[in-house]
Amino acid sequence: MADRSETEVLLEARNWKTEGHRVALATVVKTWGSSPRPAGSHLAVRDDGFFLGSVSGGCVEGAVIEEALDVMKTGLSKVLEFSVTNERAWEVGLACGGTVRIFVEPVQ
Amino acid sequence: MKTETLETMLAEIEAKRPVVLVTDLETGEQRLLHRGDGGTESKRADVERALRVDTCVAADAEGGPQVFYQPFNPPLRMILIGAVHIAQPLSAMATLAGYEVTIVDPRESFAAADRFPGVTLNLEWPDAAMESLGLDQRCAVVTLTHDPKLDDPALQVALRSDAFFVGCLGSKKTHASRLRRLAKAGFAESDLARVKGPVGLPIGSRSPAEIAVSVLAQVTETLRKPAP
Repeated sequence: MADRSETEVLLEARNWKTEGHRVALATVVKTWGSSPRPAGSHLAVRDDGFFLGSVSGGCVEGAVIEEALDVMKTGLSKVLEFSVTNERAWEVGLACGGTVRIFVEPVQ
Repeated sequence: MKTETLETMLAEIEAKRPVVLVTDLETGEQRLLHRGDGGTESKRADVERALRVDTCVAADAEGGPQVFYQPFNPPLRMILIGAVHIAQPLSAMATLAGYEVTIVDPRESFAAADRFPGVTLNLEWPDAAMESLGLDQRCAVVTLTHDPKLDDPALQVALRSDAFFVGCLGSKKTHASRLRRLAKAGFAESDLARVKGPVGLPIGSRSPAEIAVSVLAQVTETLRKPAP
């Protein structure tokens, strides 16, 4: 599972941290039905909104980045869930019809 | 995640040591566990399963998964014995599937770099080559030469290792005599049972590329759907 591209996301998160940025890490922990990124996929987010990696192939990244910026401020991790039964997720567009659960945590 | 947890995790990945990140999704607490770590029997089994199947495991408690196991394994490797015709498509396909491929063949005319662009070639004798490769649970070994002088020494090292896949190209008849030689060399029934021979899923392959598909399919099956 130490996929090269996943390792790169973790390395970059570490580098941003070393450079003095606040950083949050989002990880897919579970998927149901059709979902483009498997459990273990990472998205690293920097305090200026810059990000690397992917947790959904682009569908819910915008919402996850918002939450990641919030997590950096509070210092508390949270679990997000997006699916077609969730109004908001439909708005942000997980059009593949799957459900994805994402853990978002500050790196601190 | 604590910065030091991230640092340790990256160091383990760099050192190619298998490790599992265990996250309590409620509290955000995390631990890095190695094979055999884990306190309870069921936790050790979860760690082992995550590493073996190389898949994230969310341990379901009431109300959804609360503990998340994410394995970080060293890269998959495929060791081919014999720089023969079928090694050309097989090494290319295995590379696409994410394996670091090494071809072992002491015959210089076979193991020529221009026949295998981008593949690591090892021209030592198979037993020496295999020892220096340091086989582990992330290795698949496939012998392709049909020549016992080359295949057998490699096979013996593979069977003494934790390689997840050991397979041999050849007919049923040559495979039977191969097993007899291994038994004579002191290998137990359980060792012989590990050898997939003739290697490959029975899909009616004819050309070298089709045989490569059947071999890679069987390696994939063994990796992703291990016997319970």
